[in-house]
Amino acid sequence: MIEKRGLASAVPHIILILGIAFMCFPIYLTLVASTVTQEEIVHPPLPLLPGPHLIENYKDALFSGVNVPVMRMLFNSLVMAMAIAVGKIAISLLSAYAIVYFRFRFRMLCFWTIFITLMLPVEVRIVPTYEVVAQLNMLNSYAGLTLPLIASATATFLFRQFFMTVPDELFEAARMDGAGPLRFFKDILLPLSTTNIAALFVILFIYGWNQFLWPLLVTTDPQMNTIVMGIKQMLPTADDWGNWPVTMATAVLAMLPPIAVVVFMQRLFVKGLIETEK
Amino acid sequence: MAAISIRQLRKSYGKTEVIHGIDVEIEAGEFIVIVGPSGCGKSTFLRMVAGLEAVTAGTISIDGHPVNDVEPKDRDIAMVFQTYALYPHMTVHNNMAYGLKIAGLPASEIDERVQRAAKMLELSEFLPRKPRQLSGGQRQRVAMGRAIVRNPRVFLFDEPLSNLDAKLRVQMRLEIKHLQRSLGTTSLYVTHDQVEAMTLADRLIVMNEGIAEQINTPMRVYDHPASVFVADFIGSPAMNFLAGRVTANGDAVELDSGSVLRADGWSLGADTGRAVTIGIRPENLRQVAAGDADLTLQVVAIETLGADTLAHGFAVGNGRTGQAPNKMKDNVAVRLPGNSQIAEGEKLALRIADGMLHLFDAATGKRLGDG
Repeated sequence: MIEKRGLASAVPHIILILGIAFMCFPIYLTLVASTVTQEEIVHPPLPLLPGPHLIENYKDALFSGVNVPVMRMLFNSLVMAMAIAVGKIAISLLSAYAIVYFRFRFRMLCFWTIFITLMLPVEVRIVPTYEVVAQLNMLNSYAGLTLPLIASATATFLFRQFFMTVPDELFEAARMDGAGPLRFFKDILLPLSTTNIAALFVILFIYGWNQFLWPLLVTTDPQMNTIVMGIKQMLPTADDWGNWPVTMATAVLAMLPPIAVVVFMQRLFVKGLIETEK
Repeated sequence: MAAISIRQLRKSYGKTEVIHGIDVEIEAGEFIVIVGPSGCGKSTFLRMVAGLEAVTAGTISIDGHPVNDVEPKDRDIAMVFQTYALYPHMTVHNNMAYGLKIAGLPASEIDERVQRAAKMLELSEFLPRKPRQLSGGQRQRVAMGRAIVRNPRVFLFDEPLSNLDAKLRVQMRLEIKHLQRSLGTTSLYVTHDQVEAMTLADRLIVMNEGIAEQINTPMRVYDHPASVFVADFIGSPAMNFLAGRVTANGDAVELDSGSVLRADGWSLGADTGRAVTIGIRPENLRQVAAGDADLTLQVVAIETLGADTLAHGFAVGNGRTGQAPNKMKDNVAVRLPGNSQIAEGEKLALRIADGMLHLFDAATGKRLGDG
C-alpha cells in the first residue's frame, strides 16, 4: 500500500468526509424530525438537535400512524419483499436449471425470450399488467402485489452463468451415483449456489422493499399499503397539516429492514466469496 | 466381477462417425487399458460403457445382458473421473456415502463400507474434511473410494492420473493396480500415457481414429505391433521406420540406401518386390564395427538419461530417393548404454539385433505375416 502523509493524506479525507456529511445530513434531519413535535417542525428554523419525543413519536407511528398503523405497512412490505425475493430466486433457479441441464425443443428460444424481458422493467408494462391483475381480482391482495414482479430475467441469467461453470463431471458423477435430476438439483447444485442465492437475496429483497409505483397502483385499501408508498400517502396534501414527526419516524422505520438485511447477509455473502470452493 | 461383451460398437455425432465398430470380449476380473492419442475416441468409448453417451449402433453387454438402454445407475458400474468430480460441499465421508445413501442402504452399513474403503485407501483421518482441504493425490483416492464403496461389477477410469505430478502418478499407478488385483473387479482404464497402459493392463486396446488397432497383452502389443500406428505409439522413444522393399528371393528386405537386412522368421514369399515400412526399436540397434553395419547413423542430437544414452539422427543414404533427410520423418533413434561416448556429428555404425525387425505394408501400414 502506498503511504501518504500530511497534506496528501488530508485532502482526500476532507473531501470524503464532506461527501459523507452531505449524503448523511438529510438522514440526520429525518432522525431529528422524528424526535420533536409537530409545532417545532412547522415553525422555522428547522430544529437541528434531537428532541425528547422519540419514544412517543415512534409509538404513535407504529401503532396508529396517519392512515394506517406503520406496523401494518411494515408487515405488508415484509411480505412483499420476502415473497418477491424468495419467489424470484426459486423461479429463476428452476428455469436456469432447465435451460442449462435439459435438452428440449426451443431451449434457446426460451432462454432468449427470458433474456429479452430484461429490457422490460415494470414501468414499461405497467398498464397492461394492471389490467391483467385487475381482471384477475387481485387488486388489494398480496398476490397482486407480488406475482407480477416475481419473474426475474436477471436472476435467471445469473444462475445460468453460474450453472455453466459447474463442471459437467459433477453431474455425471451424480448420475453414476444414481441421483436423478431433482436429487442432483437438491443435493449438489443448490448447496453450491448458496453464496449466489445469498447475494441475490440481498439485492432482490431491497428491490422488493423499495417498490413504489406498483403498490401505489394496485393497493387502494390503506390496510394493504406498503411502507415505501405509505410514506407518500402520509405527506400533507393541499391545506392539510400532516403529521411530520410521525411521517419522519415512518421514514426511519422504512430504512431499517433493508439495512438489517444488508448487514446480516453481507457477512454470509463475503464469507462465501472467500471460501472459493468449486 | 463381470464379463463385458462389446459388439460392433459405433458412435456418431450427427453425420460424423467417431467410433467405427469396436468388438471386444472382456473377461471377468480383467484389467483392460484403452490407450490412444487425444481424439481417438477412447473417452467416448468408455463413456458409452458408463452409459453417459448413447450408443449409436452395436451392443454393450454386461454379464450377457445388453445394457444399451440401461441408465448408468442401473448398470452397477462406478467411474473415476479425470477431474475427480468430488462434490465440493460434502465431506470425504459424504462424498463416498452419497451413492449408497441414494441406493437406500441403512446408515450403519453405509458407515461400515465407507470406513472399510477409507482404511484400504488410508483416508480414515480425512473423512471429516472437505475435498478442497486435500491434496491432489488424496482427492484422487477419495474418487477411488467413492467407486469402491459401491462394490460395483465394473470400474471405469477416465485418465484418473493425468492431473497428478509425475512422482505421485507412479505411486497411484501401483496403488490402482494393487487395488484392482485385490478386489478382482473388471476394470476399463482410459489413458494416453503408454507407461500407464503398459504397466496396468492385462490387455491393451490401442485405439486410433475410432478404430481398435490392436487388442492384446502389453508385451504382445510391444513385440508384435499390428500396424505402423501401434508400433509408433507404444514405446519411447518411438520405433524407427525406414522405407524399403522385399528382395527378389523373399528372405530379406532392402533399404533404399542399398543395405540388405535379413528377415528371419518372416514368410515373405508372396510379397517379393513389395514396398514395406521397416520398423526397428531403438533398443534393438547396437554399435558395431563399420564393416558389420546394417545402417549408418548420422548423429544430430544426443540425450543422456543416465541409464541410457539416446542418439537421434538419420540413416545415411536413406533420404528417400536421394532427397535430404527430413528431420521429423526420417529420424532414427538409438538407445545406447549410459556410458557411451559419442558426439554430435559423428557417424555410428549400427547393427540390428537378430529377428528384431518389424515389417509393415508401406501402403496400408498393416503388419506382414511373421508366423
